[in-house]
Amino acid sequence: MSAIEARALTCRRGMATLFRDVGFRVEGGECLAVRGANGSGKTTLLRCVAGLTRPEAGSVEHHGALLYAGHLPGIKDDLTAEENVRSSLALRGVPVVADAVREALARAGLAARRHLPARRLSAGQRRRVGLARLMLDPAPLWILDEPLAALDDDGQALFAGMLARHLETGGVALVATHHDLAARTRKLDLSP
Amino acid sequence: MSAALARPAEIAAVGSFGAGFAWAFGRDMALAWRHPGETVLVIAFFVLVAALFPLGIGAEPQLLARVGPGVIWVCALLASFLALPALFATDYADGALEQMALSPHPAPGWVAGKVAAHWVATGLPLTVLSPLLGLQFGLEADTLATLALALAIGTPILSLLGAACAALTLGARGGGMLLALLALPLFVPVLIFGAGAAEAQAAGLSPAPHLSLLGAGLIVAALGVPPAASLAVRIALD
Repeated sequence: MSAIEARALTCRRGMATLFRDVGFRVEGGECLAVRGANGSGKTTLLRCVAGLTRPEAGSVEHHGALLYAGHLPGIKDDLTAEENVRSSLALRGVPVVADAVREALARAGLAARRHLPARRLSAGQRRRVGLARLMLDPAPLWILDEPLAALDDDGQALFAGMLARHLETGGVALVATHHDLAARTRKLDLSP
Repeated sequence: MSAALARPAEIAAVGSFGAGFAWAFGRDMALAWRHPGETVLVIAFFVLVAALFPLGIGAEPQLLARVGPGVIWVCALLASFLALPALFATDYADGALEQMALSPHPAPGWVAGKVAAHWVATGLPLTVLSPLLGLQFGLEADTLATLALALAIGTPILSLLGAACAALTLGARGGGMLLALLALPLFVPVLIFGAGAAEAQAAGLSPAPHLSLLGAGLIVAALGVPPAASLAVRIALD
């Protein structure tokens, strides 16, 4: 059973304490939306859970493979959209099937642009490269930071569909966002 | 959802040093190939600066042959330094470094892969070109060979030590200047033994002691730098 559990997380940035004693448990099929004002520590919380930032106190436990997508997309400008997807899947040890990559890019609306270097893509199209990557990655635990930023209505609908399917298949999602997500979403408010 | 998009049930969560090395080396080589400007710049800098010395010092064959190995080594050292600031900084800036840190592969693996790619894109062409530049300084054939051999052992040490410093200065403001202050003093022993090998050969002595010391340095750096640099990257990402 895939799950993420955080216990009594406290994080400090410099002198300021961002949040104190934050705890939650998200299980298979659940989505937890992290809300809060700008600067309330949403990104830091996500980075703590992903294991990039060490919390001041508390612990994080997760069962299953993690996929973290921060607001830096990790897309290389000199590689094409298709190469970017292949490369990041290969890094995560996911077997890369050429047809599947092509189809995922087509579903993300990048069929005609998959051979363009990523530097020629717009901000929204880069997000869509990230969505194609998300479609192909089997990790059951998603940690997404502002996944809807820069996406148009069509892209947001695509993401909503992907999230719904992910939850149906027993996946877990931890999402920091200012947007409203699909049903069955619990909320965690970081605002003091 | 079509069959091609069906998710594989299992993710190969077990990473390995070798797989991380191969991934990082392959990707960085592909990037260097796609965007050869940096390598060309390094080579052009090396050739131009080394070619300026005979013009500045004057065409006195004995003097040129005397300073040749040292000049070529200093030029190689500065040229290989040119590409260092971008080694981790670009991946840090676009988020790729985060993804590498979260990958199942142990960090020393992909760090070593990136360093190896840096060497192939900078140190290797410098080593290959060095005999040509040595001719300009009127070096003998056996001195040229020793010079190239010393560079072949020494430039990987420069890439390794430089990578550790680049990882330490990651995210710091004015990182490029700080990197120079950190890395250049560390390069001094490599310079001394590297240039010493060719000078010993020119003086009719055996270059073996210098080359052995360089080789020992390479082993120590190859074993010590990847874990140290991955720790520094980890801290920079925190």
